[in-house]
Amino acid sequence: MIGADQLPRVLHGATGRPLTLAQHDEVFGPLGHAPSLDELRDSGLTGHGGAGFATWRKAQLIGDQRGHTKFVVVNAMEGEPAAHKDRTLIGANPHLVLDGAEYLAGVVGASRIAVCVSRDNPGTINHLQHAIHERERRTRRATSLELHTPPWRYVAGEESALVHWLDDNESLPQYRPRRPHVLRIGHAPALVDNAETCAHVGLIARFGASWFRSLGTETSPGSALVSISGAVSRPCVLEVAFATPLRTILARAGADRDPWAVLLGGYGGAWLDARHLDTPYDNDALAPLGSSVGAGVIIVLPKSGCGVVETQRITRWMANESARQCGPCAFGLPALADDLARLTSNGRDAAAARARLVDRCSAIEGRGACRHPDGVVRLVRSALEVFAEHIEDHVRGRYCAASHSSHHVAAVPSLEREAELVWE
Amino acid sequence: MGVRRTGGFVLALNPVLCDGFGHCAELAPDLVHLDEWGYPVLTGEPVPFSNLAARESTRYAVRGCPRQALRIERVNLSQ
Repeated sequence: MIGADQLPRVLHGATGRPLTLAQHDEVFGPLGHAPSLDELRDSGLTGHGGAGFATWRKAQLIGDQRGHTKFVVVNAMEGEPAAHKDRTLIGANPHLVLDGAEYLAGVVGASRIAVCVSRDNPGTINHLQHAIHERERRTRRATSLELHTPPWRYVAGEESALVHWLDDNESLPQYRPRRPHVLRIGHAPALVDNAETCAHVGLIARFGASWFRSLGTETSPGSALVSISGAVSRPCVLEVAFATPLRTILARAGADRDPWAVLLGGYGGAWLDARHLDTPYDNDALAPLGSSVGAGVIIVLPKSGCGVVETQRITRWMANESARQCGPCAFGLPALADDLARLTSNGRDAAAARARLVDRCSAIEGRGACRHPDGVVRLVRSALEVFAEHIEDHVRGRYCAASHSSHHVAAVPSLEREAELVWE
Repeated sequence: MGVRRTGGFVLALNPVLCDGFGHCAELAPDLVHLDEWGYPVLTGEPVPFSNLAARESTRYAVRGCPRQALRIERVNLSQ
């Protein structure tokens, strides 16, 4: 039993090696009660994959579908290069994630569970294979769990792309004209949940909804995993209760005491000025500032860095990660990256580039099949707002030391095909 | 008979299918315009069925799309 206000929760009992099934039973105890949707609803758990949608609503939607077979898909793809929470979680408590997935399968009446990890992540694949094997040996029959390894792409972790992969071996997002949309593998409805969400469900299954609600706020109860990187002395994954002030979280990672801004929510997130650092870390408090918890990523930008350069590098990478299905995303995101590069190179048309950025942001927003372009637009818009003064310096051609250095804050992977950024 | 007197429609686009041929902007210029990359931007406003000219041009746009990416969706016009 974990105490009601004790942290960590999903990382409880982490030893540096994944817990075996016997250790797991010892640490967390047996599953408490039969799967019920009411328990999920009372807990108020929201998804930890980025959108923050209520988990019970999704489960209810899939549970109401008729179908011979149903799927629960555990999304541990983690396309975000700055996020490490899913691999940390599976490297610590893989059975907690699987418990949660089996509980969700019981709630919606699913007979198959697909756990998805990107194939560039062999350590996590190993841990999960081992965990599934342990479960098979205990029950002495084949489990409903299966492991899938889609390719590592940013959009491959998007839920419709993941289901598309399981259905048709194509990691491309699907067009969903109206929401809520029931994703299907063949004819079978699929419930997609993030690995961390499943781990929280595994805890709710043991200790109940009221225990879960003892941390966090009314609308976002519980705790969340946060991957902190950038100008910090200990880049790490922390588990924090919702509504913890941002400054406290940063202090635990040994961050720069006087940063310029932080990037919240990941590469499709938003910059937050450092004067808002006393804001509680939950979606309700961050929403008026145009930001959200997202996928639980915090990147700290020091005063010595340049936010425009970081935004440009992230945007360029995100443009390259577009699936190139929808025109506004395939052409618009490289155009945004080019405009940002014009700004930082202090060229003659920097002022024009700034005006074009604003226009193109509104031209791209909401015109893709998935939310990938919207995320980039949110990032660029927040950068235009937070770094407005610094952009003015760039437009006037003042020297910016950070944009000439090769030391950067955001660990953006190198582009595979830099030359062919614009697709045709 | 054929003419629907109540309700309205919106023109809807499947962005995955769309390849930016641009026929729709020529066939239904009052509902579609093109962005700088040649992809259609739809106004998204519901049009009443009683607007016969708009309805006819929208049907041409839907029929004329080489990728069949356009669709007419009925909506209820709330007064």
